[in-house]
Amino acid sequence: MRKLLTPLTKDKIAGLKAGEQVLLSGIIYTARDQAHKLIAAALSKGGKPPVELSSCVIYYCGPSGTPEGKVIGSCGPTTSSRMDAFAPLLLEAGVSAMIGKGGRSDKVVREIKRRKAVYFITYAGCGALLARTVRKAEVIAYSHLGPEAVYRLEVEDFPLIVAIDSSGRKLKGF
Amino acid sequence: MRKIPAAKISDTTAELCARANIILRKDVLVLLRSARKKEKNGLAAAALDAILENARAAAAERTPLCQDTGLPYVFLEIGQGVLITGCRLDAAVNNGVKRGYAFASCRQSVVSHPLSRSGSSYVPAVIHTDIVPGSKVRVTVFPKGFGSENKTGLKMFRPTESGDEIVNYVVSCSAEAGADACPPYIIGCGIGGGADTACLLAKKSLLRDVRKRSPDRLLRKMEKEILRKVNRLNIGPMGLGGGCTALAVNIEASPTHIAGLPAAVNISCHALRSASAVI
Repeated sequence: MRKLLTPLTKDKIAGLKAGEQVLLSGIIYTARDQAHKLIAAALSKGGKPPVELSSCVIYYCGPSGTPEGKVIGSCGPTTSSRMDAFAPLLLEAGVSAMIGKGGRSDKVVREIKRRKAVYFITYAGCGALLARTVRKAEVIAYSHLGPEAVYRLEVEDFPLIVAIDSSGRKLKGF
Repeated sequence: MRKIPAAKISDTTAELCARANIILRKDVLVLLRSARKKEKNGLAAAALDAILENARAAAAERTPLCQDTGLPYVFLEIGQGVLITGCRLDAAVNNGVKRGYAFASCRQSVVSHPLSRSGSSYVPAVIHTDIVPGSKVRVTVFPKGFGSENKTGLKMFRPTESGDEIVNYVVSCSAEAGADACPPYIIGCGIGGGADTACLLAKKSLLRDVRKRSPDRLLRKMEKEILRKVNRLNIGPMGLGGGCTALAVNIEASPTHIAGLPAAVNISCHALRSASAVI
């Protein structure tokens, strides 16, 4: 199994093949529906997004509450297709990898190929298990969105499967 | 009349909310283990291993099984010989949900207005009450994740159409859900009544033991047929392919009108969570 460290620059992504399993360590940022809407609105107006998007990994996730003494609560992926409308804009801004669950639209697949990015899936409905890979978590933007805020997560060996690689090849069904 | 304080219903609801979100249902666990034994596809087997390990992690660490702790549904079967005393029943239930969800570190996934999307909270729960014979109250908490709820389907069939058309519709809804709703699925179906009845029956069918088929011969046949066809879709656990796209199909039916045949599909992800208690 391949191990990767963030930032996920194009050279690290280029060798990944659809169907390959990866363990990712480093910094990833959560963003789901409402955060995407706000980031996209900021980008379209020429504004500054709340995180540096260049070579950034975006995780479609809204964690549950953090139990006392824990780093984070349950933190599995949410359905990626709801972010399809926003993904091309974020990819254009430099996002190099997305983590979620389920399939993507044809347009997103084309944009992934064009921008030499990657779409990973992770174990869906396994938030308690994935929480074990998170070393640090802090809200860095849109705290008013509650669980939909942007969290900066420091992860170690976060399990991923390449669903769409940088040449646009897809795992069957995605 | 047997008097039951609303506070007792509230406490029970709180306990059930924590249990449902943290401990995977035993019937679901049994089917997942059996699916893992049969799985030959490497990636799909790894996904099923992760699901089983997740259930152990959630129970051991008292963490919710999934970050989507759902829209909380609370079903109350209230014996007609019961008098509920104290505060309002809906207030008691919502108070219980709040306490149980907070105790289990659940997510505040409920927004108070569907369009403004303002204010996330644990409540209000969706509360369904049935008046039943007897002097007891059964409380069932069902946290329903929305990745799967978004794949709900309702179709008003013609009364001259057969079960085969419904079977094909349910299979097409499952194909449409693809990998989005966290397969392997448990597929709930409601047939009959009005449109609302069919939807509610589909949801309630998910509360039935997933190892048990319908006692009705026609429905049992359809359950088996749908499961067989869905498992030929090659979606597999988390969309990774193979023969395990659904673990079970539960159908509930109700009398309906001579002019209609409503059928609803309510899919559950593999983390089908619910808990019940009788007061």
